[in-house]
Amino acid sequence: MLKNRIIPCLDVKNGRVVKGINFVDLKDAGDPVEQAKIYSDGGADEICFLDITASNENRDTIYNVVERTSKNCFVPLTVGGGVRSIDDINKLLNCGADKVSINTAAVENPKVVLDSSKKFGSQCIVVAIDAKKNGDKWEIFTHGGRKNSGLDALEYAKKMEDSGAGELLVTSMDRDGTQIGYDVDLMNKIASKVNIPLIASGGVGNLDHLVDGIKLGNASAVLAASIFHYGKHSVQEAKEYLDSKGIPVRI
Amino acid sequence: MKVTIVDYNSGNISSVINSFKEVAKDKVNIDVTSDLGKIKSSDKLVLPGQGSFKSCVDALNKIDGLTETLNEFAINDKKTLLGICVGLQMFADVGYEETETKGLGWISGRVSKIDNQNGKYKLPHIGWNQINIVKDSKIFKDIKNNSHVYFVHSYEFVPNDNSVIAATTDYSSNIVCSVEKENIFGTQFHPEKSDKIGLKIIDNFINL
Repeated sequence: MLKNRIIPCLDVKNGRVVKGINFVDLKDAGDPVEQAKIYSDGGADEICFLDITASNENRDTIYNVVERTSKNCFVPLTVGGGVRSIDDINKLLNCGADKVSINTAAVENPKVVLDSSKKFGSQCIVVAIDAKKNGDKWEIFTHGGRKNSGLDALEYAKKMEDSGAGELLVTSMDRDGTQIGYDVDLMNKIASKVNIPLIASGGVGNLDHLVDGIKLGNASAVLAASIFHYGKHSVQEAKEYLDSKGIPVRI
Repeated sequence: MKVTIVDYNSGNISSVINSFKEVAKDKVNIDVTSDLGKIKSSDKLVLPGQGSFKSCVDALNKIDGLTETLNEFAINDKKTLLGICVGLQMFADVGYEETETKGLGWISGRVSKIDNQNGKYKLPHIGWNQINIVKDSKIFKDIKNNSHVYFVHSYEFVPNDNSVIAATTDYSSNIVCSVEKENIFGTQFHPEKSDKIGLKIIDNFINL
């Protein structure tokens, strides 16, 4: 039976983890490679890096991080943040990323999804959707949530599936950082609309939220950042909790 | 011993290289090449494959003499070979992704789209699923039945002769996820992304 996945996400800036696991025995708490290794040893089903490097001159730091991580972690690695072109995707894959997530570029130029999925295969193209509720619909935001594209999230999700996306990483902008739980209504609506797997993101504050993301949101995978940081919960704990709620997980 | 990963521009093979190097350490030489001479002189080959069946077959055919060299290696010389994902699928006679495309024809059968039962099952089949080992394959030595491995695919290999099936996985139906026919081995899942279980399978293959 296919299992639901738990994906810890690490924010990486200038090659360093911004928020992360704060264990006393860490040699270097800012090293993304060491943190990714802790997650994969703890049973993470995949690892996600979100590169939030702002300045262009430090953009290349992520390549080195990906290269070192892929030599130490043998579970799938997804890298997102600032992925704009076929060339960016090619470089990340060559460094050892298994998937890339495309956000702003997919909205501005949907052809990049079409072209990259043809060139590299749908299996490595994740389209990241940042959506915010407006009345009874959701709209797509870009540029790290700063710019409203006005696009309808459900229609956009379908369009991305048709363009060759292998998975959708859906983040609720209303919930992100709030720790009050996923927007399960949004997740469920998109999951019912498309036939590709959906990864839910944004708003996880406790383990029940992960359960809700899967049971109510119909997500194939749940992504979380802060609950795994600072040792609040381990990935293993999360899996055992999901298992106790009858959700199939890899233990 | 020399193990060669066939590099024929079939997509992203960094993870395959990293995992084989991790297992081989300094004991076994891991080569990554499309050089026909080096492929011929290898003891074992790994045939990866990402993207569509057609794109992988096209990529093989783009390298002059590669298909013939692989045939000689696997069929005439009966040397050990492992196909991963589309690498396994290409063993078939024919594939139906994008358009009907002729495969290597090493293991009689076809590659067709997984029946998603009118949308009941998401495609691609992505994530960790369990293997049901149906044949005592050497690459599953010390691997427990129902172990989890990582999958990403929308198409499945349907062999004509069930005796080549080494393992299946349950998704919509019983999908063939590993085959073994004499010297030819294949996994539909990605051992290079399957954590410790995957590394053990790679180790078993290297030690065959």
